[in-house]
Amino acid sequence: MKRSNAPVFWLLFGAGGMLSALLGTALVFLTGLAAPLGWPVGNGVASYSRMLAFSQNWLGKGLLFVVVSLFAWHAVHRIFHSLHDVGIPTGTGAKLLCYGTAMALTLVAAGSLLATGF
Amino acid sequence: MNHHRHAAQPYVRPMQGWWRRDPFFVRYMGREATALAVLAYAVILAVGLVRLAQGEAAWNGWVAALRSPWAILLHLVLLASMVIHAHSWFEIMPKTMPMLYLRGERIGAPAIRRTGWIATVIVTLAVIALAARWPR
Repeated sequence: MKRSNAPVFWLLFGAGGMLSALLGTALVFLTGLAAPLGWPVGNGVASYSRMLAFSQNWLGKGLLFVVVSLFAWHAVHRIFHSLHDVGIPTGTGAKLLCYGTAMALTLVAAGSLLATGF
Repeated sequence: MNHHRHAAQPYVRPMQGWWRRDPFFVRYMGREATALAVLAYAVILAVGLVRLAQGEAAWNGWVAALRSPWAILLHLVLLASMVIHAHSWFEIMPKTMPMLYLRGERIGAPAIRRTGWIATVIVTLAVIALAARWPR
């Protein structure tokens, strides 16, 4: 019998779901509201030098990669399994599009984080 | 006799808007829809990483784009979605995780939910405080 690859996707879904439940609110608030508005964390919280240093630190680099990739794998898995609920057939094409999106975002994050150096 | 032909046709229950029929389904679709926000945020962050790797001018352009009223509005929606996601994630966690036991007694659903919520609040406050106080 061919082994199913489903557990891998469910594992990524669960890990990303937990990470986004714990961190998502804080990160959206920081990067989307606090940093652009300069409140309440002050200006310069997302300055280039600071973010570059964060992305060059091994812990910061790892965190950024894990956040982008796991958020993506969580989201596409959930969207893929909801397609049927909104009347969209779930064939190979839909599967490739969903998981391909997560794979592309993972590769983009990895490539960028390698390019910022160590 | 028109109604004979009508009767011969099989009844197909219309599925259009099925999830609006029951508050339980509305909650279900609401929590599934948070995945769109999580995906949108992953895309936004990935673009930010690309711009960071391209240098200072590109990065400053990304930050400037986040200052536009539409970006702020979008992030308010994303923020609300993340809160709904966190809430629903811990709401269903007692059903999705293996049973936990403490001193021979099964840990109940309310305790699991409460622990998840408290962890989210602590992590959220800690991340914001860390970002605010980190030397720059």
